[in-house]
Amino acid sequence: MRTLIACLALLLAPVALAAPSPDEVYADAAMERRARALYTQLRCVVCQSQSIDESNASLAEDMRIVVRERLAAGDSDAEILAYMQARYGDYVLMLPPLQANTLALWGLPFFLLFVGGGLIIVYVRRQARGMDAALTPEEEAELAELMDEEGQ
Amino acid sequence: MGRWLAFTPLLVFAVMAIYFGMGLREDPGAIPSQLIDEPLPAFDLPPVAGAEAGLSNSDLAGHVSLVNVFGSWCPPCAIEHPMLMQIARSQIVPIYGVDWRDTPEAGAAWLERHGNPYTAVGLDPESHLAIDLGITGAPESFLVDASGRVRYRHVGIITQQDWDETLLPLIRELEAS
Repeated sequence: MRTLIACLALLLAPVALAAPSPDEVYADAAMERRARALYTQLRCVVCQSQSIDESNASLAEDMRIVVRERLAAGDSDAEILAYMQARYGDYVLMLPPLQANTLALWGLPFFLLFVGGGLIIVYVRRQARGMDAALTPEEEAELAELMDEEGQ
Repeated sequence: MGRWLAFTPLLVFAVMAIYFGMGLREDPGAIPSQLIDEPLPAFDLPPVAGAEAGLSNSDLAGHVSLVNVFGSWCPPCAIEHPMLMQIARSQIVPIYGVDWRDTPEAGAAWLERHGNPYTAVGLDPESHLAIDLGITGAPESFLVDASGRVRYRHVGIITQQDWDETLLPLIRELEAS
């Protein structure tokens, strides 16, 4: 049992070590959580597809420090995101804001779901109707022929 | 109707191919500046080692200026440097340097070694001004008009062509207005 616990602890150890960023860590756990949550919402402007939480770039490090300074100054989370957005534009936000130029981005999946769903409903209805309908004389004849072949 | 419907996927594919094809031609690293026609953020930077004054907004007041962000750690800045020296010699526009993420000693040593094209230099060791300017890398330069508004941002090295075709005409235009 003790060995098992030790093994589990070792498994978790690298995760625990990787978690804190190079910057100072707040003693206040709630403040630390806010800082970390903000890091994941801000894009590193040097490395494109990483948040500043994941990036080792020096500019990302300085951006983390600025986030902490704003937090210490008493800014709200929204104010800090707006602060970065005012400097680097929408690009810096990991989650694109819903506005005129992102309408297609946000709306397209719903639009496609609506159109695709509509097409499926139309298709299924049409199939079902086809099954209910009585056979035409030609179809009757064809069916009878097939039945005869099978009977032989 | 049925035959027309069969071509829909092809049509959708064609539209997407054109759209993404256009996207491929764009540079994903180019982040548009938020500062164009906005006032330059307020700053008051300390000097490099051995210099008396640093750099603040008041240095730029009343004339067109070129603000250049560089660092002694930045190889492309060394490539750009002769162009800045040439601009400084021409006395067309004063250049103000922002020594980014540097120590006072390293910044001073760099200017000693390569020559100093800057009317004034300020140190920005913790990226405060760099983040206010929306900097993504060095070198990066801004044309600031007499009223302190940013009018143009140049990302990367200023080449002779950039100077002749973009910066110089813009400076002339800003000085005339």
